Amino acid sequence: MKLIVAIVRPECANEVLEALFRAEVRGLTVSRVQGHGGETEPVETYRGTTVKMELREKVRFEIGVSDHFVEPTVRAILDSARTGEVGDGKIFVLPVERVYRIRTGDIDEMAVTPPIPAAE
Amino acid sequence: MSELLGQGAPNALSTPDIAWMLVATSLVLLMTPALALFYGGLVRAKNALNTMMMSIAALGVVGLVWALIGYSLAFSEGNHWIGGAQYALLRGVGLDAKGSIPHLLYMAYQGTFAIITAALISGALVERMRFGAYMLFIALWAAFVYAPVAHWVWGGGWLGHAGVLDYAGGTVVHVNAAAAALAVALVLGPRRDYGRQALLPHNVPYVLLGAALLWFGWFGFNAGSALGANSGAALAFVNTFFAPMATLVAWMGLDILRTGKATAVGAATGIVVGLVAITPAAGFVSPIGAIAIGALAAIPSYFAILYRARTALDDALDVVAAHGVGGATGALLTGVLASAAWGGTDGALAGNVAQLWRQMLGLVVVAAYSGALTFVLIKVVSVAIPLRTVKRAEATGLDITEHGEEAYSRGEGTVLVLPTPATEPAASLHSVLESST
Repeated sequence: MKLIVAIVRPECANEVLEALFRAEVRGLTVSRVQGHGGETEPVETYRGTTVKMELREKVRFEIGVSDHFVEPTVRAILDSARTGEVGDGKIFVLPVERVYRIRTGDIDEMAVTPPIPAAE
Repeated sequence: MSELLGQGAPNALSTPDIAWMLVATSLVLLMTPALALFYGGLVRAKNALNTMMMSIAALGVVGLVWALIGYSLAFSEGNHWIGGAQYALLRGVGLDAKGSIPHLLYMAYQGTFAIITAALISGALVERMRFGAYMLFIALWAAFVYAPVAHWVWGGGWLGHAGVLDYAGGTVVHVNAAAAALAVALVLGPRRDYGRQALLPHNVPYVLLGAALLWFGWFGFNAGSALGANSGAALAFVNTFFAPMATLVAWMGLDILRTGKATAVGAATGIVVGLVAITPAAGFVSPIGAIAIGALAAIPSYFAILYRARTALDDALDVVAAHGVGGATGALLTGVLASAAWGGTDGALAGNVAQLWRQMLGLVVVAAYSGALTFVLIKVVSVAIPLRTVKRAEATGLDITEHGEEAYSRGEGTVLVLPTPATEPAASLHSVLESST
């Protein structure tokens, strides 16, 4: 099992979400984060104060997947989050020691495999 | 409102009338920032400022166009179709009496109507239109669409002579704005996310606050259209008081029948639809007639909103369903429920069926003219400035791309580019601390 952490542009977040659903990735966590990836900072002006926005809004996806799902998941994110400009984000693939599904107590592969709807 | 000008002692200034119209003008002006809140709450957070600025900008842009030429085209003597240029740059608009108030005050009161009408259109354009193109568009629209239509009905033009009843602007303001909104929404095309994902209101309390302030301002809109502190104003006031109450109750009832829950966005929409519907009728129907108009107006607008969302027409904030359908319902019901005992003219219910046809004529002509000429104007604007923002900008949100600001900035990770003067050492120290993180 792997944990895929992807940091993407907020304006791409909906496309990433659609691509992931198309790739049949069902379980994920999304959070709004702030970060900096070397992109040029936009300038905003409030009355006399002009500021550079050094930290940019980003969206972080966290997805626990079984090994054979890593490739399609990463592919979906790469295709949907790329604009070609600096600041598109990063994807991290991390090893996972243990996964539990809280509802059933399922462990590891079972815990990251979506339950078959008919069984519920 | 023009037919009421002759009442009382003509061409003699009346202190109570002036006092009321000063207040009424302020009230109507407040409706535009109220609309900014109503519309601003209905869009996504990343477009909140852009949407509110569309209303706020109308205060400046349309107000100036009104002084330059708009008032003259609408209210100076011309022919049946359009006024002349004799009041351009407000020449000849002085403190002499127009009815019982100074001409200058009458001009300002009418100006607030031009501003809110142009701002109403923005509800169909939000979240995708370039701000510069929008400002150019409303400037042209106020002069070439609003002013002639106001002239036809109120400025001594042909629809007024034909006997069309429009007390405070159901046709001139609401149907006119809705036809224009439809034309521009069709030319612009839908938002890129439209139909692909839910585009939800980001701040429903703003929507409720906006609706409440619109109601408050609308007392100036409708009761002010009596153009004096008189019994006609009292009737319009009470009708503006009751009609939205009836619409609100009917709307919540429809919500409960359909989904089991009365929604806050629905309640706010219901209030606005009720206000729109009573606008043409305010001084012509009885208070019970107003309640009937308010309650009946909920039904077509409610279902028009449900239907519109299933179509490819991205009239984002339902200007057509709320103002077009609501305004048309109100204008037609004015022709049915008008009562000579209250407002001087009978409607179809009292046997004057011809009035209903006159109302229909006004609606069709204004909608057709506004829709067609708006289509031409927006095409002209598109030659000068591209109408739509690019795909990236639409995804990022127009607050940042069009205005360089955010509605809900957290201020973390910001670095001062132009430091504030050294007389404020705390501010610059703060900026150093910020930048070192």
